[in-house]
Amino acid sequence: MTHEMVLAAASDAMKGGEAATFWILAPIAVIGAIGMVWARNAVHSALFLAMTMLCLGVFYIVQAGPFIGFAQIIVYTGAIMMLFLFVLMLVGRDASDSLIETLRGQRMAAIILGIGFAGLVGTGLFRALGSVNAAGLTAANTKRGGNIQGIAELLFTKYVFAFEVTSALLITAAVGAMLLAHIERRKEDRKTQPELMRERFAPGNYPAPKPGPGVFATSDSVATPARLPDGSMADRSISKIVPTRELTSAEAAPKGTEK
Amino acid sequence: MTLAAGSVDQFGHDPWWLVLIKIVGIFAFLVVMTLFTIWYERRAVAYMQVRPGPNRNGPFGLLQSLADGLKLGLKEEILPKLADKAVYFIAPVISATCAFTAFAVMPLGPSVSWFGHMSPIQLTDIPVAVLLILACSSMGIYGVVLAGWASGSTYPLLGGLRSSAQMISYEVAMGLSIVAVFIQAGSMSTSEIVEAQAHGTTWNLFGLTLTAPSWYALLLVPSFLIYFVSAVGETNRAPFDLPEAESELVGGFHTEYSSFKFAMFFLAEYINMVTVSGLCATLFLGGWRAPWPVTIWSHANSGWWPVLWFTAKVLLLLFVFVWLRGTLPRLRYDQFMRFGWKALIPINLVWILGLAGLRTLQNSALESRIKMFITVAVVLIVAAVWVLWPAKEKSKVPTGIEGIDPAGRVGGAEGFPMPPLNLEVPPSPRAPRLTAEREPVPVGPATGDKNATEQEGR
Repeated sequence: MTHEMVLAAASDAMKGGEAATFWILAPIAVIGAIGMVWARNAVHSALFLAMTMLCLGVFYIVQAGPFIGFAQIIVYTGAIMMLFLFVLMLVGRDASDSLIETLRGQRMAAIILGIGFAGLVGTGLFRALGSVNAAGLTAANTKRGGNIQGIAELLFTKYVFAFEVTSALLITAAVGAMLLAHIERRKEDRKTQPELMRERFAPGNYPAPKPGPGVFATSDSVATPARLPDGSMADRSISKIVPTRELTSAEAAPKGTEK
Repeated sequence: MTLAAGSVDQFGHDPWWLVLIKIVGIFAFLVVMTLFTIWYERRAVAYMQVRPGPNRNGPFGLLQSLADGLKLGLKEEILPKLADKAVYFIAPVISATCAFTAFAVMPLGPSVSWFGHMSPIQLTDIPVAVLLILACSSMGIYGVVLAGWASGSTYPLLGGLRSSAQMISYEVAMGLSIVAVFIQAGSMSTSEIVEAQAHGTTWNLFGLTLTAPSWYALLLVPSFLIYFVSAVGETNRAPFDLPEAESELVGGFHTEYSSFKFAMFFLAEYINMVTVSGLCATLFLGGWRAPWPVTIWSHANSGWWPVLWFTAKVLLLLFVFVWLRGTLPRLRYDQFMRFGWKALIPINLVWILGLAGLRTLQNSALESRIKMFITVAVVLIVAAVWVLWPAKEKSKVPTGIEGIDPAGRVGGAEGFPMPPLNLEVPPSPRAPRLTAEREPVPVGPATGDKNATEQEGR
């Protein structure tokens, strides 16, 4: 059950569609990577990263790895980046990078380390793969009857132990993070509904909602206290943080509405 | 060129003009379905609420949504001052694009002749077509979340955050419910899944030959139900419409959107509904294949007729969406998340485990007697664990509402007043004071005094 498109993509020469896809998406991926580092706004940075990841997913698909490509899009671009974004949004939308270096010389160090790491990975990959005698995708795919079947078989036979250990590690990390971050109140400390009700109606507590500001007053400003039935001001109707405001004589004058 | 029906090999041979026709066709199908679904939903909900619904524009009000759409497109576009302009503009585009893209792999029918060229009524298919739909829906979340963030306003942000949490959670349940279909069909391609449901699989179970129902909705009931529930959550529809809960968040993530951008969100929401319904029909209800009574007619599954069956199935599923909206109140957010993570996902995992075990047992070369023994043993062990699992001790904390004291208070003297359970009206606590403070009023037929007071009153 080999797919025609997959086979076409698997042949050695880069065909028209693949070449076009590469030359359109590769600059976008690079722009995304640069933009991720350069963007001032954290959310923009995350979006650039998502764009790069999406492009990489499409590259995998074009290079006849449909499963890994879609897994990349669903898991990394869809779920993990989304959680990043989730956290960044909670931080606040105006939390931009400051231009002042808080750690002295950290930018220079980061650049040098980054270039060094890229060189290390590049040479490592080159030395590891430069002399590999590739069997070709067609041979690998026909051996197990398809790309996905091949991945599934390897994942659940040869690499099953590594796969399970990795997932156990990830779950341990997730559970650990949850345990460290989560504070659960004990059942005894939690107030029950009857207790809450009793507290609400206990003497000294006013059980009904507080009167809204501006109720039965001549203005609907939040700074205008509500009036009690006897005409006096209801202090509770004004928030403590609202400063008391003296009305001007024009404001305090009767507006002809009291007739 | 002869190609096996229902295999991905039959795709990828279309000339460019045919691809173009199919793309335009799918676009038109989705837009028309959106317009129709809006009308359909409003009419169905109106019928449930005993009112006419839209009935002015066109026959039965069918053109109402077209008129609304035109009006929406011509409205003034408002850009909030605090909006992040680029992201604010991109968000609805992402939403609508992902919604349209997902439908590309939806099988609408078998191979038919397109101006002499044989090709299936489906834009394309790939070995991982269902994953493409999942990927599109996970990218579609970006549209919602970014819209919420870029609006620079509180309610949209809350709606965006809610929806990102909700859609990611329910996508997990959705993906897991589809796994059972993959196991059963042995493929992730939509056309092959439809083909796999063409005939009931015969199972050689313990020497008995059983013909399992062909539709996975019947064969894999738990998966079907979980899929549908998570599809409702995934499309932000009632009763799971927390991201756009009107009573809490105004409009949710699209509060600040107006005119054409809002129309794109609207379009995306309804297309997503059509897509999840179409995927449901494809995965669980036999896809474009005719349902049972129609299959008596031998041409039911050939030519362009299957598009009709597919559309009918989609409309039926859309009706369930509308029905849910008309019936159920909105869930509370924490209950909703608990339901997703603590009910749907564990049930799904156990079900997949059981199904995979059964399949492995079936494919193994063991004797049927041993297979039967293993199955019975597993069932017995599970039943034993179920029965013997120590029941959680229900701690009896006095809630304080058991006792009612003679004064009609619940929970002792500190308790709260309650209507008497025997329905005898107790004497009013104010009665003695009234009699004490007021002059006793003569009650009953008085002779002269009463007339005098009446006259005074006049």
